[in-house]
Amino acid sequence: MTPDSQPKPPKGLGPLAKREMRFAYMLLLPTFLIVLSVVLFPLVANVWISFKPVTLGDLRAPSILSNERLMGDLEAVGDTADIRYRLRNSSRQSAIASVTFTDTLPASLDVLTVDERCTLEDAALRCDLGDYEPGFREDVIVRVAATQAFLDAPADVKDTDPAFDFVPENILTNDDFTLDNFRKVFNASDFWEVLWASLYYTIAGTVGALVMGLFAAQLMNMTFLGRSVLRGLFLSPYVAPVIAVALAWVLLLDPGPGGTLNALLLQLGVIDGPISFLGQRAAELSILGLTFDFPVALTVVIIFEIWRYFPLAMLFILARMQSVSTDIYEAAEIDGATPLQQFRFISLPQLAGIMAVLFLLRFIWTFNKFDDIFLLTGGAAGTRTLTVNVYEQAFAISNLGAGAAVAVVVFLMLLCFSVIFFKFSPEDDA
Amino acid sequence: MSRFGNIFWLCLLFGTLWGAVLTTLLTLLALFVSGEPFQPQVTAGALAGLIAAGVLTGVSPARRTLGVRALATFVFLLVLTLASGTTPLGLPLSVYPIGQVTFTVLAALAAVQAIQLTARGFGPMRERRYNVEVICLRFVKGFGLLAFTIAVALPFFVMVMMSLKNQQLLLSNPLDFSIDFGQGASALFRSYIELFTQYHFGTYLLNSALVSVATVAITLFFAVPGAYAVARLRFPGQNFLSRSILLIYMVPMIVLVIPLYAIFSQLGMRNTLWGLMLVYPATTIPVALYMLQGYFRGIPSELEEAGLMDGLSRLKVIIKITLPLALPALASVALYVFMIAWNEFLFAFMFLDNVDLYTLSRGIAELNSSEVPRQHLMAGAVIATVPVLALFLWFERFLVAGLTAGSVKG
Repeated sequence: MTPDSQPKPPKGLGPLAKREMRFAYMLLLPTFLIVLSVVLFPLVANVWISFKPVTLGDLRAPSILSNERLMGDLEAVGDTADIRYRLRNSSRQSAIASVTFTDTLPASLDVLTVDERCTLEDAALRCDLGDYEPGFREDVIVRVAATQAFLDAPADVKDTDPAFDFVPENILTNDDFTLDNFRKVFNASDFWEVLWASLYYTIAGTVGALVMGLFAAQLMNMTFLGRSVLRGLFLSPYVAPVIAVALAWVLLLDPGPGGTLNALLLQLGVIDGPISFLGQRAAELSILGLTFDFPVALTVVIIFEIWRYFPLAMLFILARMQSVSTDIYEAAEIDGATPLQQFRFISLPQLAGIMAVLFLLRFIWTFNKFDDIFLLTGGAAGTRTLTVNVYEQAFAISNLGAGAAVAVVVFLMLLCFSVIFFKFSPEDDA
Repeated sequence: MSRFGNIFWLCLLFGTLWGAVLTTLLTLLALFVSGEPFQPQVTAGALAGLIAAGVLTGVSPARRTLGVRALATFVFLLVLTLASGTTPLGLPLSVYPIGQVTFTVLAALAAVQAIQLTARGFGPMRERRYNVEVICLRFVKGFGLLAFTIAVALPFFVMVMMSLKNQQLLLSNPLDFSIDFGQGASALFRSYIELFTQYHFGTYLLNSALVSVATVAITLFFAVPGAYAVARLRFPGQNFLSRSILLIYMVPMIVLVIPLYAIFSQLGMRNTLWGLMLVYPATTIPVALYMLQGYFRGIPSELEEAGLMDGLSRLKVIIKITLPLALPALASVALYVFMIAWNEFLFAFMFLDNVDLYTLSRGIAELNSSEVPRQHLMAGAVIATVPVLALFLWFERFLVAGLTAGSVKG
């Protein structure tokens, strides 16, 4: 028997498997397309923009601005004058390619000479002006002489507007690149401050929400009257629209007249004067003779973050706790373990997995958070995190390129976090 | 062995704390309800709590009858009144007398009940560590419940109350949350009426509803087939896909906003609801797909195989067998996606310039200026919060199950 004739297992995919594969790809195609176009492509586009000198104003496509005027007096037959087209590229950044325009000259004027780039057929003027550099301006002159018909019925050259045809350069797709955006971002005097605020916000917000969620889950694990009502209430900060709760907090913490919390603290005699919770960058604290600056606004923003996201941690931890079998606790009870010991040696180890996953995801999501800080302080008083800085650069200062550069920094840091987390996190089902 | 042990001392401590906390709390409540500048008598409350705890927990648990509790309540009232110089809420009793008496009695009842619950089942003798921990944890948990409830509810309370007041009252006495029902419904809800008649909130509400419902529909339409493929069908890259979906929804919105703003501006899609209906599903589809594929995996594949054997096509199997079984998961995903779309702020804020296209989030952001009175702002916040919160509380069970099934999107 030759080796060739031996039966071999089939290689590759069989026809059934191929059909299944094609079907699977077909089902996934719409998802793939929308994610590609609205998530992945913009991600790449963001990197692209970060290397371009683009401002918010450049998004408006450049166009030709024109001003047409008759220069000189036409009082007698044979008088000459110039029709001047003063043309300008509206943009100082983008070029405009193959500019042409057409206009109809008054028939009652004798055209003597036209600009060499223009042609005249009857009264129709057509000029082929080539490319306009950014900010380029020029005059196109048509020399005309008056006829008797014109003197009888003077026509205004402005009666017919020149019609333009041109190809505006797209600032986003041209080959103009720069490193200025990144230089600007890293050289900014407050870059390290922003980075520090970001990390402080992320770490404190994540840990705080987890700890509070753990505590709330312990409370919700008890049975008492009205538990389901309270659970619904506890979840509402997470469910309510961010703008609604953030603005409620802003009014609650308002330092001016009408601020509830300040009025309350004054009434209780806790403080002497109103505190600007969201406007004060730092307060000097002295503990044990050491004075240091306590970041007020940043801490308040973190408390808001904890307030809004502890319900999520609570939900997950509660779900995990309710799936732990009660046998373990009964055994511990018989062995004489006290409630705190049971918590320390049974509950916590059981919850470690879900807490780790929650920490990872919340960490990344808190780092990504923009709305909350933007609505509370707008990034003022030392609360400007990297994400708020993206908005600040791109839309407040109108420098899209610099904003995109900050966004690239955000994305790179996120990538680092992800790599670190996935390297050190245990194999655990999320 | 002495008759009084560590439990008694702990009860005294917790009685003192409960007395102080609950006196303060009910005084503030009286302040909110009446608008009178009451001053919490913390020390008197603490003293009253201490003595009431002594009366109540000085006897063994079996003998803490209704009579003893009533005695403790009376002692609390007496001590609070005497120690505060007959101003239990910090003002002479002639001010707002009925309310003062009511709130003082409520404070006494609440404090005694709290002490009773904390000390339930434990006598005043010495106990071992186990019971010491139990009683301490009871106090911590009770206090925690109170603190959490207040912290969570206060902003919502302020939101609703401010929306019913007017600017002048709000500025003159920010702590006065008394509601004057005598003015009639149209005066009470004036802010809401003005928002709907003068500030186009009806349009905003419709736009928000339209965008959210469309987002839900598009998301499910895209995510259901995708999730099915990832969960059930074998194809190269299946594992990679089911893992990398999670990564997609870690991409921050703020990184996408600049390129999308630029591109949508140039395509003329920026200031449209279509733009939002494209962006929102793109951000929710990965989450929905991840949640759904987890659920699909839980459905026994034998059911589907039986359908296949009986001659149904794959598509028919999905429609006739899988989807009906996955209805709870579909409901929770739909609710969750609705919530995300309804609450979304960043893209609505960046994209929409035209008042007729504003969603609620965008419309409220427009109210956030010094020219618009605060009650309008808070009424807008209430209008945006009520639908999503009502929907959520109504279907809470679904949503909680869906959330914990696989999504952690913030």
